[in-house]
Amino acid sequence: MSDVTFSVPTMAELAAKGESPEVLFWVGCAGSFDDRYKRVTKSFVKILHAVNIKFAVLGTEETCTGDPARRAGNEFLFQMQAMNNIQVLNGYGIKKVVTACPHCFNTIKNEYPELGGSYEVVHHSTFLQNLISEGKIKLKEGGSFKGRKITYHDSCYLGRANNVYEAPRAVLEALDADLVEMKRCRTTGLCCGAGGGQMFKEPEKGNKDINVARTEEALSTGAATIAVACPFCMTMMSDGVKNKEREADVQVKDLAELIAEAQGLS
Amino acid sequence: MIQQIAFIIVLGAASYFIRKRILVIRANIKLGKPKEIKDRGADRMRNMLLVAFGQKKMFKRFIPAFLHFFIYIGFLIINLEVLEFIIDGMAGTHRIFAPYLGALYPFLMNLFEFLAVAVLVACAIMLIRRNIIRVKRFWSAEMTAWPRLDANLILITEIVLMTAILTMNATDQVLQTKMPEHYAATGKLFFSANLIPLFQNMDVVPLVIIERFAWWFHIIGILGFAIYVTYSKHLHIFLAFPNTYFANLEAKGHILNMPVVTNEVKSMLGLTDAAAPTGPPAEPGRFGAKDVNDLTWNNLLAAYSCTECGRCTSECPANLTGKKLSPRKIMMDTRDRMEEVGKSLSTGGAGLGDGKTLLNDYITKEEINACTSCNACVEACPVMINPLEIILELKRYVAMEESGSPASWNAMFQNIETNFAPWKFSPADRFNWANELKNK
Ligand code: SF4
Ligand code: SF4
Repeated sequence: MSDVTFSVPTMAELAAKGESPEVLFWVGCAGSFDDRYKRVTKSFVKILHAVNIKFAVLGTEETCTGDPARRAGNEFLFQMQAMNNIQVLNGYGIKKVVTACPHCFNTIKNEYPELGGSYEVVHHSTFLQNLISEGKIKLKEGGSFKGRKITYHDSCYLGRANNVYEAPRAVLEALDADLVEMKRCRTTGLCCGAGGGQMFKEPEKGNKDINVARTEEALSTGAATIAVACPFCMTMMSDGVKNKEREADVQVKDLAELIAEAQGLS
Repeated sequence: MIQQIAFIIVLGAASYFIRKRILVIRANIKLGKPKEIKDRGADRMRNMLLVAFGQKKMFKRFIPAFLHFFIYIGFLIINLEVLEFIIDGMAGTHRIFAPYLGALYPFLMNLFEFLAVAVLVACAIMLIRRNIIRVKRFWSAEMTAWPRLDANLILITEIVLMTAILTMNATDQVLQTKMPEHYAATGKLFFSANLIPLFQNMDVVPLVIIERFAWWFHIIGILGFAIYVTYSKHLHIFLAFPNTYFANLEAKGHILNMPVVTNEVKSMLGLTDAAAPTGPPAEPGRFGAKDVNDLTWNNLLAAYSCTECGRCTSECPANLTGKKLSPRKIMMDTRDRMEEVGKSLSTGGAGLGDGKTLLNDYITKEEINACTSCNACVEACPVMINPLEIILELKRYVAMEESGSPASWNAMFQNIETNFAPWKFSPADRFNWANELKNK
């Protein structure tokens, strides 16, 4: 499939043709700019193509949801961002949003409604789980993941913040992989250390970095793959693996990448 | 007769002090900003019944939950006996319920004794966990001398009070055989009967003295305990109920909106509602919180409800990796500052204007800046306290009133403002990733 082109329609293009998408894919800042995380964005687009879902993105009209500003205390900046995004989304009459970023997911789902933006918002883990249970994504039994040990790191903004614990696990189980849990998981999952704006500053003085502590917990399961469902967790866990000098035998992968891989899309 | 008068005086004095403390606590909580919580009464009731009454969240950690459960049930049920104490005390009767309850009475006495023994054993194990095993969460930085003493005092008091009940019942049983006309028969009580040999050969007079002493000791102990509780982390035995009732019902990821800011942003963007009532805008007050009066009454109620159990801190990623932040300390500091302001106000002092503030004098920026907003503390709290809400309000003050956020956060704000992303990328490049999917 080396010369296949995956088109990525924008809302502006669709609106010009008088069409509307089934779902808007909210890419997020990390999904747009972070070199490592762009691979997740591309994997997810390939999956959307493979299952023939009519989607669109905002392209250059998308801007930061404002989450890091709000969590760092800058409510003004957050609300400026939110209002602008809501104007764009409402302008296009968006009904349903899917995103791979739990922070964008949380903000658009829980915090935009009181500012005038109400949409059905799903995280890509739930979206993928639905595609699998509807049979739109078929995963061969005993595929390349059979017997591979995978551990899942809960993102705080998916888990505790929004009670999404099972969808990512259901996706991993569909891979026929050997899912192993860390001691702290689900409601007691340990943060990767990036939330609340920590991604954008050096940690305070302590005796260890949080991402290293969490990576140690993940490595102690003996898993060769650490599955994540958040761009910040992706960065933090990858850095942790590097810090422990385990890049050679341990990978950090997003759910969308794993599914795309299992589908031969990557 | 003298006993009755003495009892009524003791009871009256205790009620006076308790009432006074209740008023102080109420006034302190009212230092907080108003917040209307009137929605979803049924869900709130459910939370209160499950979490406060039913101890649901305690059972995430089985051993302490189990020990605490006995003390809790003991507290609830043994207090029924206190009712009899109070009536006996005022009427000058002895075991006034016994004739009415018949065979049920000895059964109840046995039940109370069973609970008393369970409480005694549970308290002893808890003392061992705190002081000999030294469970880590009871020894972190904010657990200074007073909080540790507070916890131990209560445990020891409970042990002494329970011993008093058992002593009283044992001497009572001996007296039942010697003066059946004065001492209603309860039959042999399973636990205290074991103490009878200690008293069997005594004369009536010392027996009566011991029995009376144990009775008085128990009731004064309980009343003293009730006063003491209002100065202690043990206030949770009452405040856990309202606190769980008023706890947040939204998704934990949701942050409280600031309508003042919404209005300003709307007018900046030219989005003001034409229909919105005009007239003088509400006094905006302070953005975020610098002191306890900038928090809501709900936050302050939570501070008084904190049990200092440290479950929050033991799950906090920042604290686990050696940072100064401890969500328990956030709650303890809020309460201590509130008490300080309240005390100053009640003695005609400067109150909030005493030159100190919650932020800086109690809680430092280094602490709040370390929070990842992961909600682990909120999830862990057995009485549904939300330390994160207070941390966020403090961060809001620092960011919006002082522009005092860490430099890298200010840079992040700058990036969002100019590039619409927290990193320094050109907004025109935002969609470039899609090119990488073409022509491959
Ligand atoms: S939300 Fe903040 S204070 Fe609470 S556990 Fe997480 S890092 Fe600690
Ligand atoms: S806030 Fe909750 S979990 Fe933390 S010490 Fe207080 S009662 Fe315990």
